Order: sequence, then C-alpha cells, then structure tokens
Amino acid sequence: MTKSNIKLPIYLDYQATTPMDPRVMEAMIPYFMEKFGNPHSRSHSFGFEAEEAVEKARAQVANLIGADPKEIIFTSGATEANNLAIKGVANFYKAKKNHIITLITEHKCVLDTCRHLEKDGFRVTYLPVQPNGIVDLKLLEDSITDQTSLISIMAVHNEIGVIQPLEEIGKICRKHGVFFHTDMAQGFGKIPIDVEKCNIDLASISGHKIYGPKGIGALYIRRRPRIRLVPIINGGGQERGMRSGTNPTPLIVGLGKAAEIAGQEMEKDMIYARNLHDRLVGAIMKGAKDVYLNGDAKIRWPGNINLSFAYIEGESMILAIKDLAVSSGSACTSASLEPSYVLRALGLDEEMAHTSIRFGIGRFTTEEEIDYATKLILSKIDQLRAMSPLWEMVQEGIDLKTIQWAQH
Amino acid sequence: MAYSEKVIDHYENPRNVGSMDKSEAGVGTGLVGAPACGDVMKLQIKVEDGIIKDAKFKTFGCGSAIASSSLVTEWIKGKSVDFAQAIKNTEIAEYLSLPPVKIHCSLLAEEAVKAAVADYKSKKAK
Repeated sequence: MTKSNIKLPIYLDYQATTPMDPRVMEAMIPYFMEKFGNPHSRSHSFGFEAEEAVEKARAQVANLIGADPKEIIFTSGATEANNLAIKGVANFYKAKKNHIITLITEHKCVLDTCRHLEKDGFRVTYLPVQPNGIVDLKLLEDSITDQTSLISIMAVHNEIGVIQPLEEIGKICRKHGVFFHTDMAQGFGKIPIDVEKCNIDLASISGHKIYGPKGIGALYIRRRPRIRLVPIINGGGQERGMRSGTNPTPLIVGLGKAAEIAGQEMEKDMIYARNLHDRLVGAIMKGAKDVYLNGDAKIRWPGNINLSFAYIEGESMILAIKDLAVSSGSACTSASLEPSYVLRALGLDEEMAHTSIRFGIGRFTTEEEIDYATKLILSKIDQLRAMSPLWEMVQEGIDLKTIQWAQH
Repeated sequence: MAYSEKVIDHYENPRNVGSMDKSEAGVGTGLVGAPACGDVMKLQIKVEDGIIKDAKFKTFGCGSAIASSSLVTEWIKGKSVDFAQAIKNTEIAEYLSLPPVKIHCSLLAEEAVKAAVADYKSKKAK
C-alpha cells in the first residue's frame, strides 16, 4: 500500500474530540498573557478587556442557535452542562414534579445523572428507541405524566450519529408543559439548530467537538418563559448565579471563535463530511459482504459512521487497522468489554454489537486518507474472516443461531 | 489496550491458522466460547500414535484470544495428547503477559485444547 504523503496514524475519531482549528488557537493566544485579566474584575481595564471578550464569545455561541446571549452560561464542558440542566431543573421543581424522561441511548453523563436523581427519590423513564436509533414520538408523548418536569434527548448521537426530531419533541414538550433539555454536544455547530423553532428550553454545548478547546462548554437556559435551576457549583455568583467560578477567558474566546467559524462553514463542512461518508461507506459496502451501517442511513450527521463487520470481533479489527485511530464506540466506555449499550438498544444481537467500529470524519480529514482507510479496512476484512470460525461456518451454510454455544 | 510484544507477534503472524476435515480419522475438533461473548475458538488436532502431528485454529475474538489460540497450537504440535491436556491457562496468560481483563482468553484456549482432545478420544472409542 502506498503511503504517499499521508501521515500515520490517520485520525478518524472526531466524535471523541477534534483538533483545534488554527483560527481558534490564534484568537485565544492574546488572552493567556497579554489580556490575562479576570473578566469579573470591575475596577480596572484588565477586567473590562477580558469581560468584553467573554461577552463577545457569549454572543457568538448564542447566535449559532438563535438564542439571546443572556441565555448562555459557560461551563467546563457538556458533561457539566448536562449535570446542571438535569439536576438543576429536577431539584428546583421537585416540590411540584418529580419525573424525568430520557432515552436508553443517551450519553453516559445523562444516564448517570438520572441514576443519581433516582437515588434521591426522583422517578426516571428510560425510553427505548426504534431500530434506526430514533425516538418513538408517540411513546414519548404517552410517557408524560402530570409529574413530568423534564425530557432530555440528545440532538446528534455520539455513537451512531442519528439526529433526533427536535422540533417534534419540542412541540410535545410545550403542549404538555414539560421542559425540554437537549445534549447537543455532537450537534452544535454541525447541523442548524434553532432553540425557538424547536422549543428547546435547555441545551448543552461542548467546545472540543467543534474544533475548539477542551475544558469549555456552555448551557443554554431559556429566559422566556424563564427556566429556574438549582446551581451545582456555589461561590461568587458568576454566570447569573448559576455557575460560580472565574470564567476561563481564553477557553471561552476559543469556544466563541469555534462557534463563529462553525456557523460560517456549516454548509461547507456538512457537504464535505457527506462526500467523505459516501466515499468510505460506498467503497466498503461494494468491496465486502455482510457489513452494516448502524443507525438511520439518512437522518444522520454524516461525519459519524458506525459499521458492523459481521463475524469479525471489533477489538481485533481495531488492532488490525492500527494505522487508523478509530474506536468501538464512546471513548468514555472503551475500557469496558461489554458490547455497546447503544447498539444493543437498536436491537442488534450481542454478537453483532461486538463487531462494530465507529469512524469519525471531520473538517481536516482528506479524501486521500479516506481512500487509504478504505483499502486497509477491505484487506483486513478478508484477512480476519479467513481466521474467523464463524465466517467459515456461515460459508458452510450453518445457521449460527442453531448452535448451542457455551456461555461464559 | 496495551498488548505485550508476544501478543502482537502472534496476532500479526498467527501460527497454524486453518481447518482440517472434521470427519477424517485421528482429527479432533474443539469449538468453545460464544459469539455473544465476543470470543469463539475452533481448535483442531490430528493425532497419530498418541502424538499431535498437526494443529489448526480459527478464532473470532480480540487480539489476546487470537494470540492465545495461536500460541497453544504451537505448543501442542509434536507433543503427546497427555501433554496437551495438561496445559493450564495460567501458563498461557503468563507467557503472553495478558492483562487481568484478558485472562478469560487464555482459559478459552485451554478449554479449546481440552475439547479437541475429548472429541478425538470419543471418536476413537467408537
């Protein structure tokens, strides 16, 4: 295989994190040393200068989702934003309502937050999804009770890339007087999302998924009608009392700049990702049998490609294609030997869930890299299947379901 | 997952991959594990005069599972059936420096050898 000018390994894990855009880095640099002031200092120009930069970034973030800058508060990332939104709302309204609805395919930080609330006496409904990964709207609406305070459903899925029908979910929430929170860590800056059009009340945002820095995120909190929440971090009352602690000016500037660029280049980024998606998926499906795309084939962010290579165990595939930096799912759960709970929720057999790999492509992925990846994957599919007893049995016409396997 | 050099070597250059005719005299076949658990090993031996003349394997599983099965085929070739039966998973795990979460791979390789020997013996008894 010719390497030409490709630098190995090739990064194909854009859902785990993204490299920073050089334009973001450039915007951040002055705020480390020259303009280092505390944005909350009200007695000198160092503070004013930093505050101005923070407010500009707040507007940049707000603009991207049709929000008012006053509705954005900065957090350390989407995990904190999810915690704040869900715990904050649940606890503020707990005297009246104690029920939360979410999906079993949500990110671990949403599910774990809900588990904690259950221990505190809240009731949580974890809804299944359809085989394409999308919420069943009828089931969602039927699950609402007069005790439901919050529905939390993510915008773009981190493992399988499917896009949830935010507008329809928002309508259902509004109709029943339930707050709508969406974890848009993987959707913010990638697909057009308007908080007004979708009736979104709270939305979690991450910097490092959109070519911004790690360690910064934001939470959108609707002001009209006003959503109240109990803060998790107490202190100096920064961020309108909802998130105390000194704002990290350089990181905030970076998030703002990343949001601005994402807004300007959204269409271009999307077309680019779509082309690379089609190039990779098309070539692999053409070149190999029994490869399946997980999650809805159309309603998805094309930069996320989750494939099941039947009869090839995922970890051995990752080892075989070590020139490609990929993952078998969420980076947060990659230490576990259990097959992905998300893929199991789509109704995939455990054995099929064991064969899945996520390829994440983004702004800096090249066609040449995709072609290199495709060739490598196809050659390893043949090699690993030649070594697979399951593949051999299937070629002999044996139905694997009829075998009595010894379970461990 | 950080693998030892020995695992990587067996994974990248697996020894004795392949299949034998199950119905042939002297051939014993072991099939262990389950697809749902992410590991299936098929290990075959060909025995002549109590000696394993040849061994082949195919494995669906992670790098450690492939390396464990590759390694045992290497160990048992040319040895007696009794020797093969006595191989312990701890020897495999130790040789490959398997991390704790991968010990089950070595256990599966031990079971695959035992299953192949058992199949050979039951065929012989008929």
